[in-house]
Amino acid sequence: MSLGGFDVQVLRENGFATEEMTLNMGPQHPSTHGVLRFVVRADGEVMTEAVPDVGYLHRSIEKIAEKVGYHGFMPYTDRVDYVAAMPCNQGWAMVCEKLAGIEVPRRAEYCRVIACEFNRISSHLIAVGTMGMDIGAFTPFTHALREREHINDLLEELCGARLTFNYMRIGGVAWDLPPDFAEKGLAYIDRFEPLIDEYNALISFNKIYKERLINVAVITGEEAINYNLVGPNLRGSGVDFDVRRDIPYSIYPELQFDVPVGHGEEGTLGDCFDRYMVRIREIQESCKIIRQCLQQIPEGSVLAKIPRKFKPPVGDAYVRIESARGDMGWYCVSDGSEYPYRVKVRTGSFTATSIIEQVSRGLMIADLITVVASFDLVAPEIDR
Amino acid sequence: MDTAAIYSKLKERFGDAVLALESEDAGDPAIRIQPRAIVEVAAWLHAEADTAFDCLTNQSGVDYPDRNEVEVVYHLFSYSLRHTCVLKVGVPRDNPSMPTVDPVWKTANWMEREVFDLVGVVFEGHPDLRRILLPEDWVGHPLRKDFVEPTEYHGISTKRESML
Amino acid sequence: MKDLVLSLIAEGGALAGVPFSLAAPLVMVAFGALVVFGFVLPIAGITSWLERRVWARIQSRIGPNRVGPQGFLQWLADGLKNLLKEDIIPSAADKWLFSLAPYLVVVGFIATFAAVPFTSSLIIADLNIGILYITAVTGIVVVGVLMAGWSSNNKWSLLGGIRSAAQIVSYEIPAGLSVFPIVLLTGTLSMQGIIRAQGWAPWDWFFFYNPFTFAAFFVFFVAALAEGNRTPFDIPEAESELVAGFCTEYSGMRYLLFFLEEWGNLYVIGAIVTTLFLGGWQVPAFTDNPMLLAVAQFGTFFLKAYFFVFVAMWVRATLPRVRVDQLMTVCWKYMVPIAIVNMLGTAAWMLFVPETLGRLVQFGMTGLGAVVVVVFFRRVRFHLRRANLKPSDYYYSPII
Repeated sequence: MSLGGFDVQVLRENGFATEEMTLNMGPQHPSTHGVLRFVVRADGEVMTEAVPDVGYLHRSIEKIAEKVGYHGFMPYTDRVDYVAAMPCNQGWAMVCEKLAGIEVPRRAEYCRVIACEFNRISSHLIAVGTMGMDIGAFTPFTHALREREHINDLLEELCGARLTFNYMRIGGVAWDLPPDFAEKGLAYIDRFEPLIDEYNALISFNKIYKERLINVAVITGEEAINYNLVGPNLRGSGVDFDVRRDIPYSIYPELQFDVPVGHGEEGTLGDCFDRYMVRIREIQESCKIIRQCLQQIPEGSVLAKIPRKFKPPVGDAYVRIESARGDMGWYCVSDGSEYPYRVKVRTGSFTATSIIEQVSRGLMIADLITVVASFDLVAPEIDR
Repeated sequence: MDTAAIYSKLKERFGDAVLALESEDAGDPAIRIQPRAIVEVAAWLHAEADTAFDCLTNQSGVDYPDRNEVEVVYHLFSYSLRHTCVLKVGVPRDNPSMPTVDPVWKTANWMEREVFDLVGVVFEGHPDLRRILLPEDWVGHPLRKDFVEPTEYHGISTKRESML
Repeated sequence: MKDLVLSLIAEGGALAGVPFSLAAPLVMVAFGALVVFGFVLPIAGITSWLERRVWARIQSRIGPNRVGPQGFLQWLADGLKNLLKEDIIPSAADKWLFSLAPYLVVVGFIATFAAVPFTSSLIIADLNIGILYITAVTGIVVVGVLMAGWSSNNKWSLLGGIRSAAQIVSYEIPAGLSVFPIVLLTGTLSMQGIIRAQGWAPWDWFFFYNPFTFAAFFVFFVAALAEGNRTPFDIPEAESELVAGFCTEYSGMRYLLFFLEEWGNLYVIGAIVTTLFLGGWQVPAFTDNPMLLAVAQFGTFFLKAYFFVFVAMWVRATLPRVRVDQLMTVCWKYMVPIAIVNMLGTAAWMLFVPETLGRLVQFGMTGLGAVVVVVFFRRVRFHLRRANLKPSDYYYSPII
């Protein structure tokens, strides 16, 4: 193993009695994004292995689904990924609608997309902010959180909650947009968009920051697909795929937006910096989407007529949506009763964590933090 | 390529190992495969140019006590051809053992660990088949339909007098 | 100091009749105690409060503002709280080393004040090896940090301690080499001697003396930040990687002592930079009153030194942290060669550049410096106007 011309192996051959150190990073550690544990084997600062140990936040959400019924499970979906709860809501609503063949009113689809995209911005703000914090710059984090607070305010106005929204229902959404939500939303986007450039000037193109990110933990496109990386992590490796565009759902086919893809703009394709910049660009695309939605939103009802005892026909359905952490899969098996027979959520963080053991070999301990942050891991999403 | 076309190609190539095309229920059509043949089928679907399923997007286990089998469901996706396919494999409940597809798709490593953990399917040849979400010393597989919730865990009662 | 002692033991002085050999140590000890308790500890505390406020302001937060006016007494409250906390020594720790380490760190930092000047006459000991003494005595800090890291019996602490040792030892070299040009120019190691060799006017400062001393200033300041474990070189206590680095296992007062060192050390960095490059306490001789002159000198020196404390805070709020291998690269591949070039360049400058040309260069560089400052403030104004931010945009203002 060679790192910066410093050969670790030589030390051993010269007769130094060296020994690898086993470090226990987490479950309580400042930058493991929740409760995540790594068993790190390190030779000084260089890791030979970092094995993720997950499950500390397992709340048996899939088991709960089998007990609470279709409508009752909606609030639990928020807890699958509480940083971006809206797409989880939408995933569950969509898989139920697919099973039962329900048509969602168009205004409800717009409400869903507006809510999801706002949530995507707020989730990405957390992602890039904590990335800065993990690298050691605290200021970008507070600035990102300041902007996120405004989104939380807007979503609070929309559904009454700031984190676990429980906004969507099977067949639509719970509440229509509040009066003058469109004006407030557009005013926010107008103010926020120029701030992205400020943010880039502050941190994204900082020399030290780039040095820490560029060429760290390079993942090729094939590797990313083989390990089933999704969303920004996949696009950071140069795979041009976005569920919103390529397996269209909701009203996304009617909207104009680009899919940012990493192209190795500073270093190697698929390094941490590519993944980071994809998120920054996705924030800008989400702003575009919200702008279009708020301008085009049609009148009408926001909730289809759904029986209180919701009994989809026998069968199973798999739905993929683009959550903030990428392609999120919802698999639901129905046996025709009021309760789902089996629910499985395939989340982006779960598969991203599985690749860490492979990419972390030969990196430094400080890089492990960078890699975890660049994957935007959210521990509850891994463990469910 | 839709599921029916993939089914006929698979039937042609593997014969009896491919059991049936299930499309009568609501939701996605699926192809049922013999447990022993899953690795060859998976490798073939991955390698063949007109299927090219380079990604296993989801793998889940479902317990069916009335059929006395545990079903493992593979949701495949091809990034190059942008088409999907669902494979289903049933293994008996009392001896739920089948080969691993880890050599074909690396992501199956963790997904199979999860299926093993929650439903109890043993994947032969898996490099690291340990519990993933539940504690190492957990007894049973909670997503089995006959799983009984333990009344205590390490001396801590799981029941509460009041729900508040 | 000698003058002060002589005036005190003279007829009518407070110590009249006491022999010099007794009075001198007495006065020095008394003055040292005054400096430590009346200046060093408060300045470290106030710096901690100010850093939190400056940090908060840069980050669109408010910061501590509850204890006293604008939260000014926050440092006292924090100090008291930490003193009253339980002093935990982990059962697996090496008890003696663990207890001793914070004191060693604090000793290493407070001892530097023996040679830090305040005015032309106020200095605990104007050692003829002053700057060498300061460089040497800060070396004790690394021993303390390494002891803390080792004795905690915690792998994070150990990593932090090792990182700190590697970092401080490495950065001593560019820092030491950057002092050489000044020593060459003045021919003395005494802090007061170095200041006396400069003048009150910016063109008489060594900062603008020639391009090599100018570069040496930046090398020294960066190296000093690294020695003080400040961002972007705060890897020994990098909280996102090593939890809290070498002070992970410490609590209460011992934990506080490490931070006392960190904040107090900022002032030491500012004081050394001011002494070496920025003319120290030099003020124009505007009055004959020695008292008034001393106050002006103290004010000048303090403001100059504290400006660099502010710069360190500003840097900390702006920059991310470098990785440990990048830290070493910066030191050995860039800063050490630059420092050596500075030293040789200054020697060549002294040999070959005639005095009139040197004088012209001083004025030219001072002008250039003034231009840079003006351009900087114009750019800040330009960006503020372009951003067109309302005050409500700086802080979070709820929509509903």
